[in-house]
Amino acid sequence: MSDGTKEATTPQLRQDDPRDRVASPPAPGKEEIEKEKKGAAAQRVVDPDYLILEAPRKKEFITGSEAAKESIRRANVDIAIAYPITPQSETMQQVGYLYAEGYIKDYYRGEEEIGVMSAIAGASRSGVRCLTATAGPGLMRGLEAIVSWPGARLPSVLLVMCRVVNTPLAIQPDNVEISYLLNAGGIVLHGENQQDFYDFPLVAFMVSEKPEVTLPAAVAVDGFFVTHARGWVSMPAEDIKLPPRDCYHEAVPMMDNENPPIRIARDAPIQKSNFISYQMHASWQQEIWSAQERAKKWLDRWLGGLIEIVNPTAKTMIVASGAAVSQGREAVRQAGEQGLDVGLIKVKSLRPFPGKELDEALDHADKIVVPEFNYVGWLSKEIKANIKRTDRVVGGPRVYGGMTMPTELILETIKDSNER
Amino acid sequence: MAQVKESSYAVVPGPEGILPPAATIMGVPLPEEGEGLVEGKIVNEAEALEKAAIALLTRKNATLFPGPLVLWGWNDHTNDKAKYFFDVAHELPGIRIIPMPDYRPIYPKIDPEAVINPCHPNLTIWHNKIEACVFIGVHCHYANITLRMVRAGTNCYTIALCAEAGHEDAMCSVPNFDIEKLVRFRDAIIKVKKNGIKPLYEGKGIVPTGWAQISRLSGGNIEKPEDESVGAGVTAAFAHELETGLDETAE
Repeated sequence: MSDGTKEATTPQLRQDDPRDRVASPPAPGKEEIEKEKKGAAAQRVVDPDYLILEAPRKKEFITGSEAAKESIRRANVDIAIAYPITPQSETMQQVGYLYAEGYIKDYYRGEEEIGVMSAIAGASRSGVRCLTATAGPGLMRGLEAIVSWPGARLPSVLLVMCRVVNTPLAIQPDNVEISYLLNAGGIVLHGENQQDFYDFPLVAFMVSEKPEVTLPAAVAVDGFFVTHARGWVSMPAEDIKLPPRDCYHEAVPMMDNENPPIRIARDAPIQKSNFISYQMHASWQQEIWSAQERAKKWLDRWLGGLIEIVNPTAKTMIVASGAAVSQGREAVRQAGEQGLDVGLIKVKSLRPFPGKELDEALDHADKIVVPEFNYVGWLSKEIKANIKRTDRVVGGPRVYGGMTMPTELILETIKDSNER
Repeated sequence: MAQVKESSYAVVPGPEGILPPAATIMGVPLPEEGEGLVEGKIVNEAEALEKAAIALLTRKNATLFPGPLVLWGWNDHTNDKAKYFFDVAHELPGIRIIPMPDYRPIYPKIDPEAVINPCHPNLTIWHNKIEACVFIGVHCHYANITLRMVRAGTNCYTIALCAEAGHEDAMCSVPNFDIEKLVRFRDAIIKVKKNGIKPLYEGKGIVPTGWAQISRLSGGNIEKPEDESVGAGVTAAFAHELETGLDETAE
């Protein structure tokens, strides 16, 4: 004590000690318990088709981070682990509220991204539904562990809120980091807006855990434009959720110490090349990309197609993913006002890439304009690698380092390409 | 968008070469419930079961490869499934059973009469000259990498009876293969025999393979061959080296 006197050793009851008023209320009946259930306890599991496609929805005007939170609320997630980084921090803070409210069983901040992504690997091996999120340099740091997930066949969802990764340091929007994910082997979806940031994670969880897929899935959005801005998001009631992960019906056995023989669990020696044939490793890699191909069926079903087409017969087509789609939509509208016939294709899934679908949808087009929020033009390269007559592709406009993309820039590119 | 139901790529017995493409990437789809996949084409389930039955009855040294999901008694379901698995085996004269008990690499070498391993499944198929086989109860990832390697290097007709979605790289595959389908498979074998398919081998019963099965069936008097045991001598030498290795506390 501050005055140096010795503290009384006999505990003194407060005058208003609540223990004086202890009285057992009558035990509630079963019906009353059901009626009293709120929040997480009141949620019921529904068929994924119902939650994703059929359940009645209401619109709310919320940020992308809030939309992701509402998605995770309904995703029956077991564990969420992340390390904060702008612009991801706010989303995972929102997810933290869900933990406090009982919607997520476990939640913690890892020590940094390698630790986080490794912890997700461990959690997924144990058979639970896992969520993590990162952005820009955080993704780069976690990449060593992330690229090990597909080969280990670890279902999980990674939210990526894209930002600048390169020096000079900046926290502004730029989605070059997606190009690093494209060759990792996992599923990669790219959301356009707040609505997609609600819808895509739910689909990602379900596809990721399909036995014939059994792969991690990343849901990327363009940071700030989506995460921090508000938009209308249409969602079903919060008292329904996805079925839990059924880890005993996946492509590989779980690490389950309760169920012998533990010998069938995957273990370290399998990763030592001197213990296995090179042919096995080759076949293993083929299997990862085959699993991606099998994901198409489920993405088709729950995303309504890997691509969305606006004005499909136009001779000039914009092809975009992420926030560039929104700019593309407005450019199509403005082009119409100016008497130009322009269409748009939104690419929802980057892995698996809808190469065949794009080739068919673009077969009639004379010009293909690909606006992107990065310097390297990874989407433009992907399109060129998958369609016929690649000289039709105009790789641009591109903005990066935090620049916005005025629709005038897209219209100028269209006009310039038509004059060429 | 409708799923592609046809591919021009044929999944047939090899050897296809050192690294054939994955059938999925070549456009071979997975069958839906009620369907089967035969050599890259979707057919109805009954047709697929009959094709599998004919291959097992007429090709040389047909072998069943039960994986951990049938081999080990995880739960009542796997125990039941194993029972019906034997009903199928008893309808195939001269059939062999070689298990895939787990997926870890077997070091320094496998006993190809006793096990098949996904790290080098071709060794078991080559050694036993197997020309038709069934994978059942193998986790899909390991079944797929195995099926491609078998197609690459052997002339074996592969049949994958899968509890999940099926396997594109098998010559014949039926999805959601539960106990009811095992019964239907047994009935299909009986039916094709009744319809005139003459089994390559006569009589009934399972041909024991590997020292463990032979030993069990002959009353347990056959010892494991020394050259096939995973070297006790090697282990002792390794342990000795460790004991006398670098002493980091020595001054």
